[in-house]
Amino acid sequence: MSPVLFELLLRSVWETVLMTGASGLISLVFGLPLGLALIATDRGGIAESLWVNRILGAVINGFRSVPFIILLVALIPVTRLIVGTSIGTWAAIVPLSIAATPYYARIAEVSLREVDHGLIEAARAMGGNRWTIIREVLVPEALPGIVAGFTVTLVTLVGASAMAGAIGAGGLGDLAIRYGYQRFETSVMIAVVIVLIVLVCGIQWIGDRLVARLDHRG
Amino acid sequence: MNQHITAPAEITDSVPIARTEDVVRLVDLKRRFGATAALDGVSLTVRKGEILGIIGRSGAGKSTLIRCLNGLERPDSGEVFIEGREISRLGERELQPLRRRIGMVFQHFNLLSAKTVEENVALPLKIDGRPRPERLARAAELLQLVGLSEKAKAYPASLSGGQKQRVGIARALAARPALLLSDEATSALDPETTRSILALLKDINSRLRLTILLITHEMEVIRSIADRVAVIDAGRIVEEGAVWQVFANPRSEITRSLLGGIRPQLPPEIASRLAAGEGAETILRIDVAGEAARGPLLSDLSASVPAPLRLVHGGIDHVQNQPVGTLFLAVPGADTGRLAQTIAFLKDRGARVEVLGHVAGPV
Repeated sequence: MSPVLFELLLRSVWETVLMTGASGLISLVFGLPLGLALIATDRGGIAESLWVNRILGAVINGFRSVPFIILLVALIPVTRLIVGTSIGTWAAIVPLSIAATPYYARIAEVSLREVDHGLIEAARAMGGNRWTIIREVLVPEALPGIVAGFTVTLVTLVGASAMAGAIGAGGLGDLAIRYGYQRFETSVMIAVVIVLIVLVCGIQWIGDRLVARLDHRG
Repeated sequence: MNQHITAPAEITDSVPIARTEDVVRLVDLKRRFGATAALDGVSLTVRKGEILGIIGRSGAGKSTLIRCLNGLERPDSGEVFIEGREISRLGERELQPLRRRIGMVFQHFNLLSAKTVEENVALPLKIDGRPRPERLARAAELLQLVGLSEKAKAYPASLSGGQKQRVGIARALAARPALLLSDEATSALDPETTRSILALLKDINSRLRLTILLITHEMEVIRSIADRVAVIDAGRIVEEGAVWQVFANPRSEITRSLLGGIRPQLPPEIASRLAAGEGAETILRIDVAGEAARGPLLSDLSASVPAPLRLVHGGIDHVQNQPVGTLFLAVPGADTGRLAQTIAFLKDRGARVEVLGHVAGPV
């Protein structure tokens, strides 16, 4: 592999890490509250409101049912509004985040739903309000699942970011298609695959370690 | 003009003293779930410093009842007075400070797995907005009270069931409540651990003068620690009174059935041979309690009725330091005069006597 290609590989790794990390973080910041809202407004939840729950659920399902490649193109006006351009790595972060947020919201919802209702009742019996229940019970008790779900989301984002090449975002997927596939540079293809494997394994390993440390459920 | 006039406390406090002595007063509480009435007109008072046990089978309405006391459940109608204040129509926000006055212990402990023992115990104080040093000091104090000081930094998952419940009790006491609610606190524990948890509750009750209301389906729990008992069935209180009196003289069928496990019963092999009419022996059931059970009842009986009476089964139990006895006596022969004499003597001594039937041969 030539030094030029190697430099290109390094840049692509950075672009992938940037896209995955930034959109992952955004999906965490918006997805977790959405997940909380989903269980809080559901039947028997701490802020039961079935119509809010239905609307939220429908919107989330709507976003989740659009294939990412279509979302990528359809969101171009939104991207332009937020980032100022619809091309490049930063521009890709917008559709990636918008796709990952409802995905992560559902994953977080599953973990939060598993929190024993008795614990919520105990917090209420202690005089806790909704905020107390969220801060002291729901999030800490679901944290292992929330972190494990975040790991899954990050790995999914690594894959999804490959498609972002379609709007000139670069990244490892883009490199593999343009050089490895279209120019028959097998060494590039192999290098990209190896880097992706290392990246995914690394994310999963860190995630698993973190979950093990956080989980006191015995 | 701006001078503050502070009225003396006894004048501002218009609630009669008799009422403030009742920590809890329930008036005609009703709650339905669909077609079933979980509470069907419950009226009850819990006096300051006592342990009131509410017993009933599962589905009798116990859990709904105890949850009405801290507003986790709302009655359809009726009133709930906690320390003289009606709470059943308060909003969630108004209930929150009030719940801090009421500790609650749960059957499945409900400890937070992500928090250490110490953090669990300190949580009610954190909710109350107290500073961290105060919370930790109080947690340490309570962990010492329940005998778990060395587990302060451990996580609940590493504790045994009994230890978890001790943490649950410590947590319920953290905010210095006026009332402790115990929701089947020992039902998930083995008999030995149950005894130690009950002893702890009793100790807390007498040391801190803390009022305790507990619900259970086990008479043994009532017998071990309760001062008074209320029996609930199909959403109604069917019987209420001092524990030893209810044990000595259960009035309802449900109470007798709940007592069945811990009070002497006629052995089935004798019961199956009982017949009406004549027989070689007559089997009597004698219930005697309190003063009546202290004297030399049986020796007095045999001195006054010259017959070879036989004690078939039974015994004297001590409930709340009161003797509560049930004896099964066999009176021989067809001599109805002797039988009548025996019954008259026992009734005169304050015992309740029931002729269960006759047996053909000796049992």
